[in-house]
Amino acid sequence: MNISSYFALQRSFKKTKSANENTVHAHKSWKKHNPHFSFSKTILYFTLLLLFIPLFVIIIFSFNKSKGSDFTGFSLVWYKKLLFNSGDLWSALVNSLIIAFTSAIVATIFGTIASIGINWYKFRGRSFIQTISFLPMVLPEVIIGVSMLIFFSGIKMPLGLFTIFAAHTTFCLPFVLLMVSSRIDEFDFSIIEAAHDLGATEAQTMTKIVIPAIMPGIMSGFMMSVTMSLEDFVITFFVSGPGSTTLPLYVYSMIRFGVSPVINALSFVMIIATCLIAFVLRKGLKNFAGSR
Amino acid sequence: MNEEAEKSEKPPAAGKFHSFRSFNPGSLYAWPMGLWFIVFFLVPLVIIIVYSFMKKGLYGGVENHFSLNAYSQMMNPRYVILVVRTLKISLISTVITILMATPCGYAMARSRHQTLFLFLIIIPFWTNSLIRIFAWMSILNNDGIINQMLRHFGFIQNYIQMLYTQGAVILVSVYMYLPYAILPIFTSIDRFDFSLLEAARDLGATKAQSMVKILIPGIKTGLVTAIIFTFIPIFGAYTVPLLVGGKDSYMLGNIIVDQVNKTRNWPLAAAFSMVITVISTVGVMWVLISNKNDAALNTSSTKEENYVTGKTAAGDTAK
Repeated sequence: MNISSYFALQRSFKKTKSANENTVHAHKSWKKHNPHFSFSKTILYFTLLLLFIPLFVIIIFSFNKSKGSDFTGFSLVWYKKLLFNSGDLWSALVNSLIIAFTSAIVATIFGTIASIGINWYKFRGRSFIQTISFLPMVLPEVIIGVSMLIFFSGIKMPLGLFTIFAAHTTFCLPFVLLMVSSRIDEFDFSIIEAAHDLGATEAQTMTKIVIPAIMPGIMSGFMMSVTMSLEDFVITFFVSGPGSTTLPLYVYSMIRFGVSPVINALSFVMIIATCLIAFVLRKGLKNFAGSR
Repeated sequence: MNEEAEKSEKPPAAGKFHSFRSFNPGSLYAWPMGLWFIVFFLVPLVIIIVYSFMKKGLYGGVENHFSLNAYSQMMNPRYVILVVRTLKISLISTVITILMATPCGYAMARSRHQTLFLFLIIIPFWTNSLIRIFAWMSILNNDGIINQMLRHFGFIQNYIQMLYTQGAVILVSVYMYLPYAILPIFTSIDRFDFSLLEAARDLGATKAQSMVKILIPGIKTGLVTAIIFTFIPIFGAYTVPLLVGGKDSYMLGNIIVDQVNKTRNWPLAAAFSMVITVISTVGVMWVLISNKNDAALNTSSTKEENYVTGKTAAGDTAK
């Protein structure tokens, strides 16, 4: 999903402030028609409220004194517990991070190279690869999870960190491919021809020209892979084995078997972390858009 | 490997692809990923298809016999009801999502703070989905926030059952997939040429008419994408019905997981997976075809295109 969001973001950054006459005119007259009330804006604000309600609930209850759903008073007891008394949680987080980074790195490498091949060259099986790399993105996660579980048990591969890594790489690859492809689309191929004319080898062209030029696409593909891997529950649920609990699996077991407000505390920490990442990414995106 | 080398030595075809040397590294670049997908995606999918036509093994797994048992088991009224229910829940959720997302996309496209709104839409979705579901659970619970408020203001004595109902499943599904719908709709409305709406108004259309007859057809691609990106995941949902749904909101995803993990009837699970896969594929084809038609239709009427022609016209007069 995130794919469209990233594109939309990039587009909105690229847009210049001074729109052309048509737009200004349209905007003005539209405002004339709608001086006060706007139906669509009301819906938008309502939707935003709906989107943020759960986050507020999480934040408020993370500071609750008691365990129930009555707010009895402010306390940091759950944060204390999160920090000092949740060994399982931290080891789950470590597992998640290991898988997220290894699978994102592998997916980014394969995806980037393949994207160059698919976008610039014609070869046998090109459309086959394109189709097959599109499908994992649209099939429901349950299907991918079940098919992988059956596949791994068919080849007698013990479930564990490796199987999770393989599954995550598989569902991250299409997104890397898309992000990098969108960047390659805007790349001027004549630069490559120039490099070749000037005597660069294929390897030199790749490392000195192509990779630096499409770096923003590679980075956003990598970032997306990391976030999606950290977030995934359903597929991981199928292909994980004993001792390979990831963070979403741990959260799931907490929800299923005895809820503890430690989840709320953890969530708030994660919300802060994602907002920070978003902020950094936003700056990066703006620079990236501004550089053109 | 030899085969690949042979392939790459073939002279590349002309066209938009660049063929400046006899050496064509295209397949060398793309096939590592292709092989990965074949091993970890295509082969598992084929196994599922094959399994759905096999006999259930005694202790899980399958026996090597062709059988249509799984498909005839699927005709069991219990499962038919389940499929119908899954369709119903996903359709209702999708319709609500689209009805909410379209005005949102419109307001965002017309706003001057597009980036801000985009971030506001996306940020909640960088929190783990399970945690967000959990938050909804504590809102809808029998002594959750809504019930507490209603009790506090004296509307009810005891509580209203909200969690573990179909309504909860629909609400949370809508919540989870709203951004998936808003973003493509926003993108296509943003690309839409608003002066067309004005022209319609000038020619005497009412506001509603101009919206339905001009805007909606103009953003069809975005709408179709949004529908597919909401419908398919909800249709294959597992976590939401499991955590906020009750016995009456069991969906296809849940039955598949049950058949895999508990009953260990893999052929039946495979058959159900086939249902979801086929429906998803049909949906995706619909998107692709609609995209293609749209591209053909829009070659001369997109906003960007108008800018370009406008510019050249200005250039001509300047000359």
